[in-house]
Amino acid sequence: MDGMHDMGGRQGFGAVRYTQNAQAFHADWEVRANSLYAFAVRRGIFNMDEYRHAIERMEPRHYLAASYYERSLTSLATLLVEKGVVTHEELEQRARGQFPLAAPSAPGRTNAAARQHFQPGNRVRVRTDHVPGHIRMPGYIRGKTGVVVGVSPAYPFPDAHAHALKADDEPTYDVRFRSEDLWPNSAESALVHVGVFQSYLEPAL
Amino acid sequence: MPDHDRVIQRTATVEQRVEAIQTALDARGMNATEAVEELDHLAQEEWNPKNGARVVARAWVDPPFRERLLANGRAAVAELGLSLPKHHRHLVVLENTATVQNVICCTLCSCTAFTIIGLPPDWYKDLEYRSRVVREARTVLREMGLDLLPEVEIRVWDTTADTRYMVLPAQPPETIGWPEERLAEIVTRDSMIGVARL
Repeated sequence: MDGMHDMGGRQGFGAVRYTQNAQAFHADWEVRANSLYAFAVRRGIFNMDEYRHAIERMEPRHYLAASYYERSLTSLATLLVEKGVVTHEELEQRARGQFPLAAPSAPGRTNAAARQHFQPGNRVRVRTDHVPGHIRMPGYIRGKTGVVVGVSPAYPFPDAHAHALKADDEPTYDVRFRSEDLWPNSAESALVHVGVFQSYLEPAL
Repeated sequence: MPDHDRVIQRTATVEQRVEAIQTALDARGMNATEAVEELDHLAQEEWNPKNGARVVARAWVDPPFRERLLANGRAAVAELGLSLPKHHRHLVVLENTATVQNVICCTLCSCTAFTIIGLPPDWYKDLEYRSRVVREARTVLREMGLDLLPEVEIRVWDTTADTRYMVLPAQPPETIGWPEERLAEIVTRDSMIGVARL
């Protein structure tokens, strides 16, 4: 889905609020939210792709306004409800207030039927896929051409794995793009590398 | 006409929502409270940039280890007793030099090799870093205090799959010959993300 989470290259944001030795956590509830979602993953209640997708399904205004760990706990609660572990009503009763959840999921998809293997040095093009469900292809590389610089071990295809569909393992490729190709006349010069699943790629002519 | 029957209920605080989830899981006999105490400890004590700092220091003093680390990060860090979660199937180590600056990010969420370089700092997860670093890396780094010479090539790595990255910072020349333990003390998390040099 072309969701609010797909932040790469969006304009209008200001300076990074950077401090040296910045903390990962700022409050006890953040530590706990992080541990509770990790606990649910360990218990096999949901996988990381389902977890990421439930964050992406948050209402866009809620997504933007929420802190990182509020997004985490919203995903956790959404999946616990969707998997039938708890009900939304029980969570709201226990929380003594509204407990906003993410929006329902749209259909996912299985691995691309025709997939090709690539080697470092191969030129590849990112397919111009538009899907309603989970996808790990940032919008800024859609349709763009780059060069494979690395191959990673096979992993379940996230577009299926986030939707409880049959997810075959497939390799991911570290693909090098030129920022000038990604945002013509509108980017500072850099090489931008993206981990791209095999199903998203085709050979570049 | 306003709907007078509609009950306006405020949104629960994040603390209340976390508590609600934990007590709901406990009520189902899932022993969440016990399990998360262990995970709290891992997150706050064990998943620490000191792990990555040991890896960097070893790579500086042990060239064969450095070669193994660059070839297969996951296997090399295991030599130091370090591991990654099962789903992080590959650790790619990116070597910074006088003319190359690698920097890592995650534009879609906030993925990191957290067991090695620590859980990501707040700014890494903020919308500003996620949106801008892929498109205007040089300016973003300068704003963060790293003013690179024009001839330094910037290589940004967006963590969009389950491959994880860490940056191997360049060793400061004045530290050549230091013992490994002392070297590990100068390696910062931010240098392993690639937004700082040592």
